[in-house]
Amino acid sequence: MTSFWSIWISVLSLIVIAGCLILLRLCSKNTTGVEEGKSMGHSFDGIEELNNPLPKWWSYMFYITIVFGLIYLALYPGLGNYKGLLGWSSSNQGVVSIAESKAATESATKDGRWVQYDQEVKHANDKFGPIFAAYAATPLEELVKNEEALKVGGRLFLQNCAQCHGSDARGSKGFPNLTDSDWLYGGDLATIKTSIMNGRHGMMPPKGGLPIADSEIPALTEYIVSLSGREHDAAKAAQGQASFMKGCFACHGMDAKGNKFMGAPNLADNIWLYGGSRGIIEETIIHGRGGVMPAWKNVLGEEKVHVIAAYVYSLSNK
Amino acid sequence: MMNHSQPTGADYNYTVVRQFALTTVLWGIVGMSVGVLIAAQLIWPQLNFDTPWLTYSRLRPLHTNAVIFAFGTSALFATSYYVVQRTCQTRLFAPKLAAFTFWGWQAIILAAAITLPLGITQAKEYAELEWPIDIAITIVWISYAVVFFGTIIKRTTSHIYVANWFFGGFIITVAVLHIVNSMAIPVSLWKSYSVYGGAVDAMVQWWYGHNAVGFLLTAGFLGMMYYFVPKQAGRPVYSYRLSIVHFWALIALYIWAGPHHLHYTALPDWTQSLGMVMSLILFAPSWGGMINGIMTLSGAWHKLRTDPVLRFLVVSLSFYGMSTFEGPMMAIKTVNALSHYTDWTIGHVHSGALGWVAMVSIGSLYHLIPVLFGHGRMYSTKLVNVHFWLATIGTVLYIVAMWISGVMQGLMWRAVNADGTLTYSFVEGLEASYPFYFVRFIGGCFFLTGMLIMAYNVIRTVKAPDNTLPALAEAEAA
Repeated sequence: MTSFWSIWISVLSLIVIAGCLILLRLCSKNTTGVEEGKSMGHSFDGIEELNNPLPKWWSYMFYITIVFGLIYLALYPGLGNYKGLLGWSSSNQGVVSIAESKAATESATKDGRWVQYDQEVKHANDKFGPIFAAYAATPLEELVKNEEALKVGGRLFLQNCAQCHGSDARGSKGFPNLTDSDWLYGGDLATIKTSIMNGRHGMMPPKGGLPIADSEIPALTEYIVSLSGREHDAAKAAQGQASFMKGCFACHGMDAKGNKFMGAPNLADNIWLYGGSRGIIEETIIHGRGGVMPAWKNVLGEEKVHVIAAYVYSLSNK
Repeated sequence: MMNHSQPTGADYNYTVVRQFALTTVLWGIVGMSVGVLIAAQLIWPQLNFDTPWLTYSRLRPLHTNAVIFAFGTSALFATSYYVVQRTCQTRLFAPKLAAFTFWGWQAIILAAAITLPLGITQAKEYAELEWPIDIAITIVWISYAVVFFGTIIKRTTSHIYVANWFFGGFIITVAVLHIVNSMAIPVSLWKSYSVYGGAVDAMVQWWYGHNAVGFLLTAGFLGMMYYFVPKQAGRPVYSYRLSIVHFWALIALYIWAGPHHLHYTALPDWTQSLGMVMSLILFAPSWGGMINGIMTLSGAWHKLRTDPVLRFLVVSLSFYGMSTFEGPMMAIKTVNALSHYTDWTIGHVHSGALGWVAMVSIGSLYHLIPVLFGHGRMYSTKLVNVHFWLATIGTVLYIVAMWISGVMQGLMWRAVNADGTLTYSFVEGLEASYPFYFVRFIGGCFFLTGMLIMAYNVIRTVKAPDNTLPALAEAEAA
């Protein structure tokens, strides 16, 4: 804020508070020329107004709030650019990058300013850091046997992962079920941890980016339905297989069992990320799909991801 | 005999007052029915019948707009047009313009009732209506100001009565708030983007949002209170000097209080602190109105035993006092850290909206309707009393349920385990709230039932033949 606006808003704020004070003082005295408790002498549609004094307790209450307000404004930032006597701020304001944030935290620590957010983070790290450091030092293979760690992981999951994967981790349309043994990228401990740390970007281009005509899609769909052993029209499916061989196998494999390196789903297990009805399969082929699992390493940090990975693994490996 | 509204020579324009008074009852029922429906949807989500325009997200703004701008504002139109004429001892200025404000306002309400369920919204709370409707609101509102202040100017009394200070303050400020907050760039007939961005947009929105509460729902209704309480009690206003202090302090401070809606957000610290300080200092001026109203009854307390209309007015002042104590407390950052985003806020709003705004409007209407239709009293005083109890019990059920639910949610959200993880997931907090959602729904049903009884009573009063509803002989009771 420029100093003009800073002075502008500070003066306006103080005028309003001082105005209340003056008004209260003025009206505490009887300057109306009418005896206290008597009518002011005007009548509006039969309504008169008495000249009673302001209730004492009410006036004191008003004064107390004004005094409190002024003290608060002296101690804390509240008047334009004035920082307040306590040197308190809620956070490092105006930072736009992690680097700037770190620099601001350092300079606040050096100057002895009290940045609430930094203090709370520091307090949390001091108190809870050792617990997660100990978990992080434990190999995942052992951590999955630690009941306490799995409980902690479960709570972290509920607060950070349940929004997409559900409280029961069974997922929903577009969000994988984590309790079955079907894995897009692999279900071993290290891979699960990698998926959480770095996130995943699942991408199927429309028609796989292949020269497949719209007219081929119903047969191709029939072929895909046939792969998981569901009731199907054999002649139509055979026709669709030719379309599949135009290149779908490049990602989904010759046997259509998918490819975990690319996150290409297995089409033969009757587990569907977006839905397995003929209509939805057609929609998937025509428009393609894009799925995003965000990267958590900068949000939660590796130590917490470590514990969550153990929990997610435990869901399908009881 | 002050409590009888006898024509004093001047022949007042009651047509527009009658129209607004009756639509207040109608829109009250509509707005509160939608409220009860969405309260039920929070318990039984299937009540949206898988229909987009019956979903909670679209009906909730319909509910708030209907109760604030259809019910509440119609009540303000009716009472301000009535009060300004009677306390200025003159007919309304520009009667055709006054008629235009009635039909214009009804058209706006209908436009809101159609566009909001269709999902047409600017997504600003209490300012959802899209730009063509915003322009219509501006035109009607300026017409309202012309009629109101025109009447003040041509008054035949020497002073301007305190009720009119509040009505006037509310009319001017709502115009400023509405115009500034609704500034938007249209991209099509039913879509526009706010001219503000980011934290500034949020600040402008809550400057508007809190003052919709402060000026429309507080100052406006204090204007109503300052006429109908002394009228119904037959007593002079307690303290002229108190009205001066609390009027000026109230309108000077309220306009600063908006940032307390944005504590612990990206809003700069200084704005949050200042908003909190001004909200706290606002406490005493808010109570000034309650004190002046309740003390006006000194010497007339016995009337509460026989007069349910007065009961409505006095209980509304008690709820006003309670919620204006609660408000400054919730504006304190430390308290807000617990209360924000919980049902406590909803409870606070409804102790103001049901307990204060609706009750003072209902009480005023029970005074007003017999006068407007040439009767001495309502068709059934007993039904007014039944309505009083339904409204009071409904309000208490509602706010107590939301208090418990809100504080519980706040505590659950901040509970932390020994390892620093949160003890409860969001869904667990929601599950724990269900019983209170049910109590809230029941409270809403009580309140709505009261409104239906009122509608019956009003219809019978309006249709009653002349001279069949004489005033109760209050002189004997006194």
